[in-house]
Amino acid sequence: MNITKNIHEWLFSLMPETTASIVEMVLIAVVYLAIFAVAGLYLVLLERRVAAWFQLRLGPNRVGYQGLLQTMADALKLVSKELTGTLKADKFLYNLAPYFVIVTALMAMSLFPFTKELHAFDINIGIFFLIAISSIGVIGILLGGWSSNNKFALIGAMRSGVQTISYELSVGLSLLTMVLMTGSLQLSQIVEVQEKGGWLIVQGHIPALIAFCIYMIAGTAETNRAPFDLVEAESELGAGFHTEYSGMKFAYFFLAEFINMFIIASIATTVFFGAYLSPFGITESIPLLGVFWFLGKTLLLIFLMMWFRWTFPRLRIDQLLVLEWKYLLPLNLMNLLLMALMVLLGLTIQF
Amino acid sequence: MDTTPIINNFKSEEYQINMGPQHPATHGVLRLLLTIDGEIIKKVEPDLGYIHRSIEKMCERDSYQQIVHLTDRMDYLSSHINNEAVCLTVENALELEIPERVKVIRTIIAELTRIASHTLWWGVMGMDVGALTTYFYGFRDREMINDIFEETCGARLTMNYNIPGGLMFDIHPNFVKRTKEFIAHFKTKLPEYDLLLSNNIIFRKRMEGIGILTKEDAISFGASGPVGRASGYSCDVRKHHSYSAYDKVKFNEVLKTEGDTYSRYQVRVLEMWESLSIIEQLIDNIPEGDFFAKTNAVIKLPEGEFYQKVETARGELGVYIVSTGTKNPYRMKFRSPGFSNLSLLNHIAVGGKIGDLVATMATLDLVIPDIDR
Repeated sequence: MNITKNIHEWLFSLMPETTASIVEMVLIAVVYLAIFAVAGLYLVLLERRVAAWFQLRLGPNRVGYQGLLQTMADALKLVSKELTGTLKADKFLYNLAPYFVIVTALMAMSLFPFTKELHAFDINIGIFFLIAISSIGVIGILLGGWSSNNKFALIGAMRSGVQTISYELSVGLSLLTMVLMTGSLQLSQIVEVQEKGGWLIVQGHIPALIAFCIYMIAGTAETNRAPFDLVEAESELGAGFHTEYSGMKFAYFFLAEFINMFIIASIATTVFFGAYLSPFGITESIPLLGVFWFLGKTLLLIFLMMWFRWTFPRLRIDQLLVLEWKYLLPLNLMNLLLMALMVLLGLTIQF
Repeated sequence: MDTTPIINNFKSEEYQINMGPQHPATHGVLRLLLTIDGEIIKKVEPDLGYIHRSIEKMCERDSYQQIVHLTDRMDYLSSHINNEAVCLTVENALELEIPERVKVIRTIIAELTRIASHTLWWGVMGMDVGALTTYFYGFRDREMINDIFEETCGARLTMNYNIPGGLMFDIHPNFVKRTKEFIAHFKTKLPEYDLLLSNNIIFRKRMEGIGILTKEDAISFGASGPVGRASGYSCDVRKHHSYSAYDKVKFNEVLKTEGDTYSRYQVRVLEMWESLSIIEQLIDNIPEGDFFAKTNAVIKLPEGEFYQKVETARGELGVYIVSTGTKNPYRMKFRSPGFSNLSLLNHIAVGGKIGDLVATMATLDLVIPDIDR
């Protein structure tokens, strides 16, 4: 990481320490923002191509090589569009809502360890912070749906509230199950444990696998994607909570959905699949390849979520709640107990 | 001290939303005025007329050959069967002797139309419950039928292949070959439908036990087609009042007794198998002969009233003509399946969730121009 080190030294030689660190923080933030805006756009393209693959069609392949510029063009179109809104909307909240969603999505991105060095923000309550941040995003959806002054949007927003409150529990508990093995909420610590003893999903075998399944189900529900896309449910509510949004404000919601998907997959990669660690340590000598492994695993999990979306029908709202409160939550609690016993008795697999 | 439970102090209020006329689930310009309490449906009021084109009135102006072309635009997904209904009424009134060849070809194409309509319905059904991939699977198979139609008569959707007295042209030389190809193709694809949707656990949970229509209600609301048959009401016009070549073929009337959304779904999927078997029985034995019976250039029906019903993909379509002996009908009335099927929506959707309403409405298979005319 010579480049970053050089920039760091150059900045600190140029100005006083406080100013330099602030400038450095802003620089990092801007880089992250740019990367994830682009990542969001390309996830949209990936989704469209994957959907096309499932649906016997080609998907966007005309703008640029294999459609690589398609979503860029779409984003440009959305930026240049007129922002329309309802007359009787609560203007302040209506305008605030998209930022809530996008900012929280981007904040969560800063935590992930892409390699050992490429890790912007490593706090000791990492997992807790991620869960907290991702649940703030739903406030944006609630605000947007409520302030639009549209009944369809309101129904969508209320569904979203119910859904997120319920599935938050499963996400939290399934991650907690894994934290039992690491003994730390800090992401770098979690990876360190996996570096020594193998990926957590192997270490924890049965309970870890159950936790992973629950996490993927709950994570899909957290991001409001099919089969849990009741918030938007186009055949029921038109467009759900973002019915009244247009142009770039709509695009914020849209991009946030994809970045959230990336976050959910990244958390799973970090906690279950050893983040930037390569399988059997084949490329540990080249640290930069960690980025490749991290993104590769994340994209595989994202593909899994896309697979869900293009195969399953949507659940009904009461079935959604029954699934969480009657099945996933009790299973999760038992799983937590099982994992605790396993850790206590030393039944985990260690390499 | 007030001892009433706090819960009683809260009132849940009903509110109304407009589903449509522009809404993805109404498949056209149908407006449903929903009274809902949270997610629970309290009342469904269909509001019709957004695509009313007064087809019945226009029929009074046109000659009988022209009327056939208007009926395409009613239930556009079973356009051939609509045409056939008018032609049969006119032919019966004139007491024309129709060549066997015409009857067989009409039956084959009517069954192809039924499959095309059901595949489209299947795709859209999946889309309504949130599985978007089904749409493309349905359209893949429908495309082959449309290609056959295009080759036969030049049109893919609104076919106008029938004229009073027979068919407009003879079938294309490739017709038999391509139809057989389609049957072979579709027999491998229909099980895929079950794999993708019918046996999906989420789909089953969504569909089973909602929108229940009893047999008595089905009869009193005038339900017909798959909607009636899913409630155990044997109402297949092809069986009970056979027309064209349906008396020459063996097929089962698909009956289910549950009357819920899933049984309506199953009836349609099984009907596709029956249609395939009907086509298979006829495709090798198309009799030689003329493809039309000679009629006068200007058709004048004898004075009186004439009625003929046929089984479209959606149910029983009745054509009622009052003639005063001129070249135009004095009054023309269509009994469309969609209208009666829509009328029972309020009866079966109340008490369900919004998601249930969408699923129920999808299995009624509404085509709005058929309801409004």
